[in-house]
Amino acid sequence: MAERCAVIGVGQTAYRTRRPDVSVPGLLREAAARALEDAGLTWTDIDAVVIGKAPDLFEGMTHPEAYLADALGAAGKPIMRVHTAGSVGGSTALVAASLVRGGVHDRVLTIAYEKQSESNATWALTVNTPFTTSLVVGAGGYFAPHIRAYMRRSGAPDHVGTLVAVKDRENALKNPYAHLKIPGISREMVEATPMLWEPIRYLETCPSSDGACAMVLASESAARRAPRPAAWVHGTAMRSEPIFFAGRDTVSPQGGKDCAADVYRQAGITDPRAELDCAEVYVPFSWYEPMWLENLGFCGEGEGWKLTESGATALTGDIPWNPSGGVLSSNPIGASGMIRFAEAALQVRGMAGEHQVDGARRALGHAYGGGAQFFAMWIVGSDRP
Amino acid sequence: MTPPIAVVAFVQTTHTGHDTGLSETELLAPVITEIKERTGRKRFGFTCSGSNDYLAGAPFSFVAALDAVGAWPPIAESHVEMDAAWALYEAWVKLLSGETDTALVYGFGKTSQVDTAEMLTVQLDPYHLVPLGVDGVSLAALQARAYLERSGAEEDDLTAVAARSRAAGRANPYALDLPEPSDDAYAVAPLRASDLPPVTDGAAAIVLASGDAARDLCERPAWITGFDHRADPHSPGARDLSRSASARLAGERAGAAGVQVAELHARFTHEELILREALGLGDDVTVNPSGGPLAADPMMATGLIRIGEAAARVHDGTATRVLGHAASGPCLQQNLVCVLSGDHDG
Repeated sequence: MAERCAVIGVGQTAYRTRRPDVSVPGLLREAAARALEDAGLTWTDIDAVVIGKAPDLFEGMTHPEAYLADALGAAGKPIMRVHTAGSVGGSTALVAASLVRGGVHDRVLTIAYEKQSESNATWALTVNTPFTTSLVVGAGGYFAPHIRAYMRRSGAPDHVGTLVAVKDRENALKNPYAHLKIPGISREMVEATPMLWEPIRYLETCPSSDGACAMVLASESAARRAPRPAAWVHGTAMRSEPIFFAGRDTVSPQGGKDCAADVYRQAGITDPRAELDCAEVYVPFSWYEPMWLENLGFCGEGEGWKLTESGATALTGDIPWNPSGGVLSSNPIGASGMIRFAEAALQVRGMAGEHQVDGARRALGHAYGGGAQFFAMWIVGSDRP
Repeated sequence: MTPPIAVVAFVQTTHTGHDTGLSETELLAPVITEIKERTGRKRFGFTCSGSNDYLAGAPFSFVAALDAVGAWPPIAESHVEMDAAWALYEAWVKLLSGETDTALVYGFGKTSQVDTAEMLTVQLDPYHLVPLGVDGVSLAALQARAYLERSGAEEDDLTAVAARSRAAGRANPYALDLPEPSDDAYAVAPLRASDLPPVTDGAAAIVLASGDAARDLCERPAWITGFDHRADPHSPGARDLSRSASARLAGERAGAAGVQVAELHARFTHEELILREALGLGDDVTVNPSGGPLAADPMMATGLIRIGEAAARVHDGTATRVLGHAASGPCLQQNLVCVLSGDHDG
């Protein structure tokens, strides 16, 4: 029987194009120190450390947990490193949560990061082994055809992506950590930017960020002693499927549907739009909001774009998506999933500041990665399950 | 009360000392097929793997490996960019939480396509050590020298470890067929070629199961009675290289005392001697009967294979209490100890 697990501390760095003022460990320590402070703990209170990041090629460091052990106070403790592609920030939080749920530890520090300015992500994502075709296109080139397929399938009008690009950047203006802050952001502004990978325009993509996000996860007894409200974990799920095979639905992958069904079942949710108060969902390209609205069951098939167009997912709507500004506003790749999980926790703790959704009590954190084939999700709530 | 968890199946490739032209996915596919046949299961509650992109020289080497697993319908799956022994640890924790009762764990590596000594430079402090260009073998040699000077052991003691490991490897159909150590020149003094791990391509898989599922899947499950891993400081200057504090700690916490067989992830001869001391393994303990990493080192699977080989002694009834060890980082920086028993309560 799993032990209860709660988020008692969250720490984030400011997300920026370049953080030349800090080393890689300096970046992680900035987030970790804030999480510890939030939890009212010090480094010595931590039982184990779980870190996550996207491919090693991004910074040119392999086995970074070895080097980072010193800076993260892990000498004499267990430290491990998770890598599940873009979903890694979420998966890392789930591995840390299992250490508490499995009764192994009481207080686990988990940190996900990327210092993209140390390398070139599009290059690192495109290196291929011999005898396989290199598309030399990065993530945008890979996902653009899937978005085009969604538009054709759903009959969505061309401007829906633009609405998401504007909405998430408006939210980012309320988030002190967000990378992209574009005062007066408007549809005209988005539509005036160059087409990168048709139908994705420049302002419909995520930025490249340096940044780290940390959380302290605690057992029930440890959570009871925390100085601030806890976000209780109500459900956790991961799913993976192969990247290429005939008949695979790349627009609404089965793995995403199954993962959502699993996490909803654990949390006792049958109607996510009605029963969740907000969601932080991995939307690196604007069109992924309507696509994931359908995949995650917030509406019927073909209806996602209508929900976005109606304003339901805005901060003032009935089901705000990405009140933090989302991946479209801050994208330290390996951390982007954990930021979703952490922002969901901040919402149900009532600690999201200016982008707080009034009275949020249950929230979804979501991450995906690879060729939309790896999924990690959790549901957190104000109430102890 | 959590049900006990056991290693119920272990499968590995016949490792090769050269590239046979198979991709990582092709190496792995028969291993996964065999372990599914062995357990009679096509699906597992959780799947977890360990691999490293720098071995393949490309990002996401674990993505293609999913093709070997048959992840359809979608599976609950995770991956560590570490030796698969840590994937086994993650799976063990998952089973502890009671969410599921079976897990498939695998790891794979082809060191034939990379200079591993040079590659391991990239795991060091990027600001202070990498610019010096210090490679994995040179760092190991520093540790070997520190150990010899502190312990009074001689280079012949290292050669004896190599000779025993290679002889055991020749008797192990899965390990490489390596000759008796001869008077090789130093690779980096005091280490000679036979003190170093061989180039190896290979893969391995383990199935974990808890409670009744374990008893259903295996006649004599190897029950995990203790599982722990610990890290030392990274900087070689910040620790006593002649000892392994983290191995000692992990061994104590996992209950290493009293094992009959120990499979140690010692990639260099001196590492075995340091680990024997840290884990308190006396002369009565059989160390690396498989030949160990000095007889086959498919990196990222090597640690997992140690646990599999140890469990296999319980499966075949030749031992009742065994230990599998895995290491990571420069100079045994991280150590993992898994103690297994033929008796349910250890």
